[in-house]
Amino acid sequence: MNAALYDEAIKALARAAHGAGTLAAPDAVVRLDNPYCGDRIDLALNISAARIAALAHQTKGCLLCCAAASLIGLHAPGAPIAQVEQAIAALDALLAGADFSPGAWGELEVFRAVSGYPARHGCVSLPMQALRKAIDVARSRQAAQISI
Amino acid sequence: MIDEVAALRRQFPLLAQAAGAPHCLDNAATSQIHEVALDAVVRHERSARGNVMRASHSLAQSATLAYQRARGQVAQFLNAASVHEIVFTSGATAALNLVAQAYATLCKPGDQIVISVAEHHSNLIPWQQLRDRMGIELRFVPLGADTRLDLSALQACVGRRCRLVALTHASNVTGAVTDVARVVERARAVGAHVLLDGAQRAQHGPVDVRALGVDFYAFSGHKCYGPGGVGVLWARGELLEALPPVFTGGGMVERVTLEGAAYAAPPQRFEAGTPPVAQAVGLGEALAWMGQQDWLRIERRLAGLTARLLEGLRAVPGLHLAGPTDTHQRVPVVSFWLDGMHSHDVCQVLDGLGLTLRGGHHCAQPLMQALGIEGVSRASLALYNGQDDVDALLAGVGEAVRVLA
Repeated sequence: MNAALYDEAIKALARAAHGAGTLAAPDAVVRLDNPYCGDRIDLALNISAARIAALAHQTKGCLLCCAAASLIGLHAPGAPIAQVEQAIAALDALLAGADFSPGAWGELEVFRAVSGYPARHGCVSLPMQALRKAIDVARSRQAAQISI
Repeated sequence: MIDEVAALRRQFPLLAQAAGAPHCLDNAATSQIHEVALDAVVRHERSARGNVMRASHSLAQSATLAYQRARGQVAQFLNAASVHEIVFTSGATAALNLVAQAYATLCKPGDQIVISVAEHHSNLIPWQQLRDRMGIELRFVPLGADTRLDLSALQACVGRRCRLVALTHASNVTGAVTDVARVVERARAVGAHVLLDGAQRAQHGPVDVRALGVDFYAFSGHKCYGPGGVGVLWARGELLEALPPVFTGGGMVERVTLEGAAYAAPPQRFEAGTPPVAQAVGLGEALAWMGQQDWLRIERRLAGLTARLLEGLRAVPGLHLAGPTDTHQRVPVVSFWLDGMHSHDVCQVLDGLGLTLRGGHHCAQPLMQALGIEGVSRASLALYNGQDDVDALLAGVGEAVRVLA
């Protein structure tokens, strides 16, 4: 059975849908799709003083994707960008089956079982990819404003 | 009946394992390979591996003979008028793309191609590209309320400037079989040709392309109990003669100078480069084996299993069927979705129970949009499936609901 993929912690995280919604004036809005299973995330954020000032997402996808998006919604708002990048790297390492430190994002542990299912890696990593891209877009936008 | 299924399973190496064989219910994606096909591939590669229609040495001669024999076996499976009407490709997708690219030279801006909203992406995107490149008009047969193609729309869709009607023979999502006679009648009324994407139909027994009255037929080897990497395009001889080559290179010419090339006659004209020889040999043997089966009996048995599956699924609270609710004019493909549950999660739980099903949009996103859903879980039966598979699936769906709720 693939019960570990659907334990109560993952289901609770997905059901909680932390961060679900939209932002009024985001610095960046990113849409990413997972063509394998049709998952889609629209992620918006504001950054300020090297922190995620605000974040919201609208996620349509499988339970694993929704849980990963919810994890971001739980921890990213208010977090230093350096910490967020550490969490993204930690998920990459987790999926690769390597040693990793979840740091402040302890719930990353719930995805440990996914590393054995390569076809599902994209489901969990899609929200993190969106987060990474949104940070890049927001930084670029801020840099452009500064240069003006 | 159990003996019949058991005897069939013994002929498929993966299913013949003493223990641990899964309930293979993703046959619309890839069926299991029959031992005659696998043996033929191995035998060919061990004893007759050479390039075809090129060298005069004995290995090349053996390979050429085997390849030609395979072409004959495909022609027999399709009841084609001639082996020259059989083009080996890398799969159904390549066959459909071949026709679309060849039509680029035949169509003029304003000409029409008619497909349907239920097409697999491989019978949609090639025509979208042709539309964008050539300025043709792409028209779509809609779905009816019963999720079958609404062929009453053919009158309006297939206009005077229609060059080709290209439809699925059987839907990879709903399982609905297209009423080909109605399509052919309307197409002929305006002088249009008819192409059938037979990827989902060919697995369920020999096809009589002449009785169907169509002009093109495409299917894949890996869904017909044969190896992967090989497929077939059949076209009426005079049509193939009129089509230009799409891929060019070795093996498809009569003479080449620095100024130009004279192309070979079909089918070589459409088989540039070294073809998938061993795969074609394996496919030929698989189709020959299929030709020896009692398909009326198999069809009745699979219809009974489909009915049992439909009935069982209908009893699951929150479950919706995506396709016809009866077994009339359908292949044994049954798709469904569950309220509040993603099809991939459902299939993942089922996989943990030893049931192989595919979830998602099934490369038919416009069909999903027409049905108003994101994706479905799909059970697709082949001739080696039995009541044990269906009953395991019905129990598994109950378990998936329990796990995912």
